Amino acid sequence: MGIRVENLVKSFGRTRVVDDVSFEIRPGELVALLGPSGGGKSTVLRMIAGLEAADSGQVWLDGERVDHLHARERQVGFVFQHYALFRHMSVAENIAFGLSVRDVPRAEQRERVDTLLEVMGLRGLGDRAPAQLSGGQRQRVALARALAPRPKLLLLDEPFGAVDAKVREELRRWLRKLHDEVHTTSIFVTHDQEEAFAIADRVLIISAGRLEQEGSPVQILDDPATEFVARFVGDVNVLPGRVSGDQVHIGRVSATVSGLPDGADAHVVVRSYDLKFWREDAGPGTVKRVTTIGDRVRVEAWLDDVQAPIFAQFPRRSSLLTGIEVGCRIAIEIAHARAWPVADGDARRLGGAA
Amino acid sequence: MNAATSARLRYALPALALRGGVVGWLSLIVALPVVVLIVRGLSDGPAAFWSAVSDPAAVDAIWLSLWTAGIAAAVNAVVGTAIAWTLVRWDVPGRRLIAALVDLPLAIPTLVAGVLIIALFGPQSPLGKLLVSGGMPIAFARPGILLALLFVTLPFVVRAVEPVLEELDPAEEEAAFTLGAGQFLTLTRVLLPPILPAVAAGAVQTFARSVAEFGSLAAVSGNIPHRTLVAPVYILGEVEAGNPGGAASVSLVLLALALGMQPLAAALARRGGRA
Repeated sequence: MGIRVENLVKSFGRTRVVDDVSFEIRPGELVALLGPSGGGKSTVLRMIAGLEAADSGQVWLDGERVDHLHARERQVGFVFQHYALFRHMSVAENIAFGLSVRDVPRAEQRERVDTLLEVMGLRGLGDRAPAQLSGGQRQRVALARALAPRPKLLLLDEPFGAVDAKVREELRRWLRKLHDEVHTTSIFVTHDQEEAFAIADRVLIISAGRLEQEGSPVQILDDPATEFVARFVGDVNVLPGRVSGDQVHIGRVSATVSGLPDGADAHVVVRSYDLKFWREDAGPGTVKRVTTIGDRVRVEAWLDDVQAPIFAQFPRRSSLLTGIEVGCRIAIEIAHARAWPVADGDARRLGGAA
Repeated sequence: MNAATSARLRYALPALALRGGVVGWLSLIVALPVVVLIVRGLSDGPAAFWSAVSDPAAVDAIWLSLWTAGIAAAVNAVVGTAIAWTLVRWDVPGRRLIAALVDLPLAIPTLVAGVLIIALFGPQSPLGKLLVSGGMPIAFARPGILLALLFVTLPFVVRAVEPVLEELDPAEEEAAFTLGAGQFLTLTRVLLPPILPAVAAGAVQTFARSVAEFGSLAAVSGNIPHRTLVAPVYILGEVEAGNPGGAASVSLVLLALALGMQPLAAALARRGGRA
């Protein structure tokens, strides 16, 4: 089912948590709402489900306005971060709940529950109590329960936030696989960009109640629309620079940029993998720290000219690492950067990045 | 004796002394009186026991205690759950005051509770006069008994249900809604079942306490045999009338009821804890 959200606004007290958000989702898409915690993503999701009433704006499901419908009438499956399983019911009873409140015949309920237990890899656990399951299993039960009444839309609110890293990885792959099989239009909320980029067809970036950018993971990584997105996505450096023609100078280091007024002060955003460091005694930086993380090495340095830290990541065996050690001087080359004028835009965007 | 054994003994002896002391204390304070009561209640033979407990005044007193306790338990099950719900879900500044009010009956001596009710509804009070002239007296009548019981037992269900309600995740309600359940189904199938054991445990506690309640009822009921005389007060009357055998026999009935209730309450509380 397709979804259209128009000009949604929601305030809690004096805080406007959702500020004029509009977007459209095509039938069968798997979309991530990505952004920092407290940015309003979950509230958007809850308004689509009918768990929260919008102050203004409209929600359309399948071309039909649903703002006046109670959550129970929207046929939307919802998966909560902390599972929200019915603790006094068995796994099978939990999954059957959405069917039994609709008076689906018993035999049909049982059949659907058995199928879902099978699909979710929960075979043989139907009689267990939720408390007897692991976190990963509980979230799969929650997913099965949400899917049982065949919702037209599946909403997942930080679905993997409460399980440990390894299980999270597994559940992600598994959600993607499930979506490829079932094709239920799905939206999930996450603050974890890796998660969003790993499984979503499309990512909507939401911060401070606003939709910053929407696009495929590659579009967002390669072509961030706002400084916030550039700062938020990927491991980035934000450096102070000054524009001169098509160059931006960060002390003695420079990078090519376009479309900025000559002489402007700029925030230069550089991904940690768009940099080259090599040992050079006359270079502008001093290495402060070298950390090996699995197959990569992270090098942190200090730029004396502009009094700012900079870091980069290299493959473990990279020739660039030759001779690099704490305290040595390095030369720096920026392969790819984006810059935003300091004066431009509101303070929110500039200050909003972590 | 080698060093290890002597070390073991050094720790074993105090432990042994403590355990022996505890068992002795419990025997002296709890077990012995109960045993004496049982022996005394039955010592005059089953016929005497039967005639003591089947005395019409005794039967009426026990029956009065039972049904008023039953009503108190039922009312508390509903009202106490509502109070607990309000305390947990209603975040208002006055919440603490309400919580303190709920605990007040535990702090007030029950005899004082009885006196409070007489002061409010007694024949000397304006309200009491009005009630008597209206043919519905509360003090020295059955409604007074119920009122006193409800006052004294108010905290039981509230305090049993509250922690369980606090544990309930509001997302469970929301999950029920998104799965197509309305308010009523959500209440009956999602919200109530997990708290039911706690409600029942609180109600059983209310019942047991009500059957045993003495202080407030001695003050408030008027103690009219066959009408407002409850079992515990009847027992005191038998003792004072020089009939310790009869008192022991009726006490035995109350004891049996209380002992029967204990495991039920414990079992319900356990179920509540697990759910």
